Amino acid sequence: MSERANDLLRWIPLLPLLGAVFHGVMIGIIRRSTPRWGVIAISCGTVGLSFVLSSVAFVALVGIPGDATVLVDRVYTWIGAGIGASRFTADLAFRVDPLSATMILVVTGVGFLIHVYSIGYMDDDHRDDRGFQRFFCYLNLFTFSMLMLVLGDNLVLMFLGWEGVGLCSYLLIGFWYADRWNAYCGAKAFIVNRIGDFGFLIGIFLIYTALVDAGVPAGVGFAEIASHFGAIADMTVATPWGSEWLLVDLIGLCLFLGAVGKSAQIPLYVWLPDAMAGPTPVSALIHAATMVTAGVYMVCRLSFLYAAAPVASAVIAWTGAVTALFAATIAITQSDIKKVLAYSTVSQLGYMFLAAGCGGFTGAIFHLVTHAFFKALLFLAAGAVILAMHHEQNIEKMGGLRRRIPMTHLVFLVGVVAISGFPPFSGFFSKDEILATTLASHLPGHAVLYAIGLFTAGITAFYMWRLYFKVFYGESHAPADLLDHVKDPDPVVVNPLLVLAFLSATGGMLGIPQIYGDPFGIEHMHSLNNFLSPVWPAAEPHGVAHATEIMLTLVAVAVALLGAGLAYQLYVRHPAWPGRLAQRLSGAYALLRDKYYVDELYDAVIVRPLVKFSDVVLFRTIDAGLIDGVAVNGTARGVRALASGGLRRLQSGLAQGYVVSMLVGTAALLWYWLR
Amino acid sequence: MIPIDHVITLSAILFAIGIAGVVTRRNMIVILMSIELMLNAVNLAFVGFNRLWPGGGAGAHYDGQVFVLMVITVAAAEVSVGLGIVISMFRNRDSVDIDDVSLLKW
Repeated sequence: MSERANDLLRWIPLLPLLGAVFHGVMIGIIRRSTPRWGVIAISCGTVGLSFVLSSVAFVALVGIPGDATVLVDRVYTWIGAGIGASRFTADLAFRVDPLSATMILVVTGVGFLIHVYSIGYMDDDHRDDRGFQRFFCYLNLFTFSMLMLVLGDNLVLMFLGWEGVGLCSYLLIGFWYADRWNAYCGAKAFIVNRIGDFGFLIGIFLIYTALVDAGVPAGVGFAEIASHFGAIADMTVATPWGSEWLLVDLIGLCLFLGAVGKSAQIPLYVWLPDAMAGPTPVSALIHAATMVTAGVYMVCRLSFLYAAAPVASAVIAWTGAVTALFAATIAITQSDIKKVLAYSTVSQLGYMFLAAGCGGFTGAIFHLVTHAFFKALLFLAAGAVILAMHHEQNIEKMGGLRRRIPMTHLVFLVGVVAISGFPPFSGFFSKDEILATTLASHLPGHAVLYAIGLFTAGITAFYMWRLYFKVFYGESHAPADLLDHVKDPDPVVVNPLLVLAFLSATGGMLGIPQIYGDPFGIEHMHSLNNFLSPVWPAAEPHGVAHATEIMLTLVAVAVALLGAGLAYQLYVRHPAWPGRLAQRLSGAYALLRDKYYVDELYDAVIVRPLVKFSDVVLFRTIDAGLIDGVAVNGTARGVRALASGGLRRLQSGLAQGYVVSMLVGTAALLWYWLR
Repeated sequence: MIPIDHVITLSAILFAIGIAGVVTRRNMIVILMSIELMLNAVNLAFVGFNRLWPGGGAGAHYDGQVFVLMVITVAAAEVSVGLGIVISMFRNRDSVDIDDVSLLKW
């Protein structure tokens, strides 16, 4: 790959950072309130400019002739340590190739829209004086971190962004920290993510040490790892139970543990539903469109590694598929509008990992992009509903809202259609591509994976249409005096929704499958694939015949229609049925409503034993007993015993006694030196 | 010329007498006098050693003698402070016995 220098790239993450620093200085050091228009201009302006710069970088990238090109901005050597063969360096360098170009456009584009939306959403936040600015400070900091994650040219820089987005996620989930529950949810998200980050770090270490062992110039830059990858691809490690493992499988699994945490997959998904405690724009930006997709991005960024790691790939695909199904079933019974969307996000992220594990990296990124559009749209529209309902989130207390908030209803409908996969909306194309890739892949059990994916698509359609019907159809369950005030929000809230609705409806055009191009004689129909394919290590699985692919599409649409139709029957035609069904299947219903008791299981198996262990062993025994007791208090007690027991008698107060001891001491020293 | 051995011996005797006085006598004035004796023993050693340098010409050194002047000056200052302490103690305690000021102890 040829590299081209481009000094503009550094400004893409730097601008939001400057915005965050400005807000931070105003809040923390100058301590004067900034006028609202100033806060808005700085925060939205910096992210907007970042979007413009990202577009400039995109145009520059496309404009370079040849099909394998990268823009690089090397600012300075960030870390340099050691000498000789094991010298480690990490540059502060930014890299725009087709993959990161796609990501920065999504991050800054969707991010900008959500910044604008937040102006309206956070406007009624009078809970504390500087909350408005504090919110935008965190939001800008998040945008900066996410851009570092995506643009970073090496694993260490990526890890910096990775931790940064985790921090901002924590800060924003607990944004209304006066409520202890929100603070608890923030801490939960942070801690669960730390478990994944541990694996990520081990993965980075393993890559570095493997490169050192192989005797090639070691570094953690993506280009370096890729070019020397051949030297470590065949290395094996012995497992404790005797067999040999490919080292890249181990590395891949460690890194995937990080992705599992960040992207909320089984078994570390539990933080994402609770993350809904944050303000709704945060849920849209961080917990739907950008941060949670970081894991998918990382797997795609290291696609050359995963292509050579069959076990890790299979684990990714199976984790993704199982998570997709598992989360979708939970979403069926949730009654909090944001919780439904949260489980839906977990499920859709599972789809992305399913694709990535099967080697369909284009499909994963494609779904990442369309999901960013329609899930951000759904969250923001849900936020508009919540605003209109005066912070009511329970869908049991909604209903019949479609005439009262027609604009919100319209954009929400677009989002629902897109996620359920009805043609020609965006979700249809990306989901179909994932399903086709799964069936065409060579993983063990790929037919089962396909079946899970297809079944999940049906459930997805069902729970999304259930949500839609419960909120917008049927009889209203809200108090009458509240209903009189229910109206569409301000244009500053609605306009970003319209843009996102447009993108959700048309985003699928990025990746129209070849089968629709052939009748018209168009080659290379899939523009996203054309753009991204230079980044991938090898040809993607595409063994499905065109006739089969058309069949698959029809089946997928049929399943989606079935799910939507079932929702229509249950929640519009016969509103009494769901209640009766829940009674009839009360065991299964409770299991789903209580989320398979996973939180309770973790609480019993991990959290409480850990708290007990920390309390008894770490706190009482080691901290209070050993460190405080023996080390600190023990030293003090020993000194006291020694001093008050005998040594203090030396302090006689008789000057001549002191003179004698001085004499003796001097004489001893003289004897020692002069003997 | 008096041999250096004699000078050192005299100096050592004077120094030992001074130490004995500081350690054994209780009267603070006597202790101060004993300290002066020790200082002068050192001064004697200084001038005695200085005489070992060749006198006159380019190789002449007077460091020892100059140092003695320095010691005498500092000793004068030190005695004035010491006597000031003795007077202030006498005003407070009606005594110049050093064992009467042993309050700063355990």
